[in-house]
Amino acid sequence: MDVFNAIVQTLDSTIRLSVPLLLACLAGLYSERAGIFDIGLEGKMLVGAFAGAAAASVFHSAFLGLGMAVLISVAFAMIHGFASITHRGNQIVSGVAINFIAAGSTIILGQAWFQQGGRTPALQPGERFEAITLPGADAIRDVPIVGPIYAELLSGHSILVYLAFAMVPFTWWVLFRTRFGLRLRAVGENPAAVDTAGISVAWLRYRALICTGILTGIAGAYLSMVQNGGFVKDMTAGKGYIALAALIFAKWKPVNAMFACLLFGFLDALSIRLQGSPLPIIGKVPVQFMQALPYILTVILLAGFIGKAIPPRAGGVPYVKER
Amino acid sequence: MAQAAIELIGINKSFGAVRANRDINLEIARGTIHGIVGENGAGKSTLMSILYGFYQADSGEIRVGGQPASIKTPNDAIALGIGMVHQHFMLVDNFSVLENIILGAESDALLKKSIAKARSELERLEREYGLEVDPDAIIEELPVGLQQRVEILKALYRGAEILILDEPTGVLTPAEADHLFRILRQLKDQGKTVVLITHKLREIMAITDTVSVMRQGTMVATRETAKTTVEELAELMVGRRVLLRVEKGEAEAGGVKLAVKNLTVKDTRGVTMVDDISFDIRAGEIVGIAGVAGNGQSELLEAISGIRRAVSGSVMLDGKPIDLTGAADPGELRDRGLAHVPEDRHHVGLVLAFEENENSILGYHDDPRYLKGPFLNIDAIRNDAKDKIAKYDIRPADCRLKTANFSGGNQQKIVLAREMEQDPGVLIVGQPTRGVDVGAIEFIHKRLIAMRDQGKAVLVVSVELDEIRSLSDRILVMFAGRIVGERGPEATEGELGLLMAGVEQQEAAL
Repeated sequence: MDVFNAIVQTLDSTIRLSVPLLLACLAGLYSERAGIFDIGLEGKMLVGAFAGAAAASVFHSAFLGLGMAVLISVAFAMIHGFASITHRGNQIVSGVAINFIAAGSTIILGQAWFQQGGRTPALQPGERFEAITLPGADAIRDVPIVGPIYAELLSGHSILVYLAFAMVPFTWWVLFRTRFGLRLRAVGENPAAVDTAGISVAWLRYRALICTGILTGIAGAYLSMVQNGGFVKDMTAGKGYIALAALIFAKWKPVNAMFACLLFGFLDALSIRLQGSPLPIIGKVPVQFMQALPYILTVILLAGFIGKAIPPRAGGVPYVKER
Repeated sequence: MAQAAIELIGINKSFGAVRANRDINLEIARGTIHGIVGENGAGKSTLMSILYGFYQADSGEIRVGGQPASIKTPNDAIALGIGMVHQHFMLVDNFSVLENIILGAESDALLKKSIAKARSELERLEREYGLEVDPDAIIEELPVGLQQRVEILKALYRGAEILILDEPTGVLTPAEADHLFRILRQLKDQGKTVVLITHKLREIMAITDTVSVMRQGTMVATRETAKTTVEELAELMVGRRVLLRVEKGEAEAGGVKLAVKNLTVKDTRGVTMVDDISFDIRAGEIVGIAGVAGNGQSELLEAISGIRRAVSGSVMLDGKPIDLTGAADPGELRDRGLAHVPEDRHHVGLVLAFEENENSILGYHDDPRYLKGPFLNIDAIRNDAKDKIAKYDIRPADCRLKTANFSGGNQQKIVLAREMEQDPGVLIVGQPTRGVDVGAIEFIHKRLIAMRDQGKAVLVVSVELDEIRSLSDRILVMFAGRIVGERGPEATEGELGLLMAGVEQQEAAL
């Protein structure tokens, strides 16, 4: 029974840890499917995390915090759009710039406003998103097998967790069942075809980036208002990049993206769980190795274990009308 | 006289210092097929892009159906019933036919209804115009001819009454082109107006009712097709008399320069594309290989020039074997006097981002003439490039210009100059005049015949039957990877056409 509980607990933290990855990965999916590389997922999550925690702490409202996180993150997405869509700048350079601005400005503003070394004040109850207990969770908690799975694994997460997983079928539906999705996929493959069909390439790509901004904003808010009780500097810790890796691993498909992010989340959860405890046969594994595991896996997967991943064909290329 | 579908009055358009269209006046009658010819860069595509709302004219007026029209975006043009089939298809390759057709013309925010509506509409269009295509097929899996049909269907689905086709046959095989023309005639019979932009005069003569000629941004003449000739149109296009069929004397064939024996080549998918082929080329003769594109000519060229490994067979160059199944590489073949003008100059023949002078020595950059110690001798290279520019009349005469900024014909001349000036014993040329202007075609043909007269062995592969017939001393016809016949230059088009279609072979099999 101990083993079973350990598994349930590990899977529970897998879900918690994969949520920010999943949101960021879906965010990247919208922009990359529209032909805009977005290496600035990391930065947008970070400003979202900061804006969310700061606003929640100042206005004493979790939802105001979330709203501010989304707003600021979308604003940063628009900067990326202005540079790379309107002015046809290099998308990688613009994305990297956003990451630097985010890393620097959150610390400076945090220190200037709260004087806590770049942190925001610890969030009080009501300023954070609390865990939701699903109906009947307490009643069946003691039922063997099903009880812990329902009560521990599925119940007891914040609203943002359920939102993140609901975004997977929603994103699939938007991409493959709506007019907006058809156009979005088309503009990532052949913007000239979209242009000659009488649709504005720029406006379409801006809308894709708005979707990206909303999702990275929620991802950031999750980090600072659910996983952690406040903003800590550089708290995204490369999750934006892992999300990009997951996106490639998932071949730019929403359901694949969910499994890819769960896999990365699982490795993360495993590395935390196994820290310090000896493994059978191998013996004690250094903490650092376990922590590096998700990153090592990223490299291995991207180096060719995923088969041929064909990115959207117009990805990274600013659209210029041909003469 | 029928009412004008489109009137263009005093259209002007400049790109920076380049005046692409000057004072263009044009009237296109309803229910006709109207051809617009001109060399590359004459301003045909620009004019049509203005009509389609892709660009804005600097000045001038457009009237559609007699009413002044303001066309600022493709949407405006579509609303006025103008549809366009672009030279490079505007299709999303990994979308289905239906998805491509509804893109931008969806009837509903959800796809399900749009697709259902398009499916039934497509069935109607198929019935009416004989435009059959599987609505669920993925574009990249369709042959180009069908992809083009999807483009036409896209325009018709949007209610186009006026259909503009920009160089529609450039990517088509002769049979596909014929099929396209049948479709266009059918559209005309249904009362649609067709505007055909091309630089191929044969097509103009074959299908149009009226033809307008453009030269250097101006409209120089409009003629009724029945009352004009290819010669007159060519002269109007180029501005001087042009020889459409080059004069040449009898070939004085010498010894065998290149002997190909039992050559078999497979493509990247492992399909046998060249199947046990044998032929000789002698000094002082031009051998032409005719055939519908995709019958193994490309693979044959690639194998002989050392780009693609052959599966089996032997090739003798000047009596000495070259190992095409193993170690031979293009550099070694070049050193032994075999020069190659590839079919696809953009991807194989040139680096478009390089300056002209850099491309003019590409592959010969190890030649001591272009070196100074371990470094390139820039002065020697540029002087050499200037000589070639003068000799081959490459325009603009600027060896520092980026190669991408030259027209197709001039790019081809850059490649030809590079390969011919090495004085090779054997010259292999793929599609010598693909995408090349009438004036430049004449020039290129003359140079090839001059090579022959100097005693070189020349192999020409072309999908243009006219070209093969006009250049070759001997014609080999390829079908399904085999040589199905050899004819002299006096062979008729019909005779070669039957061979190209594999008819004789099928009859023999019966």
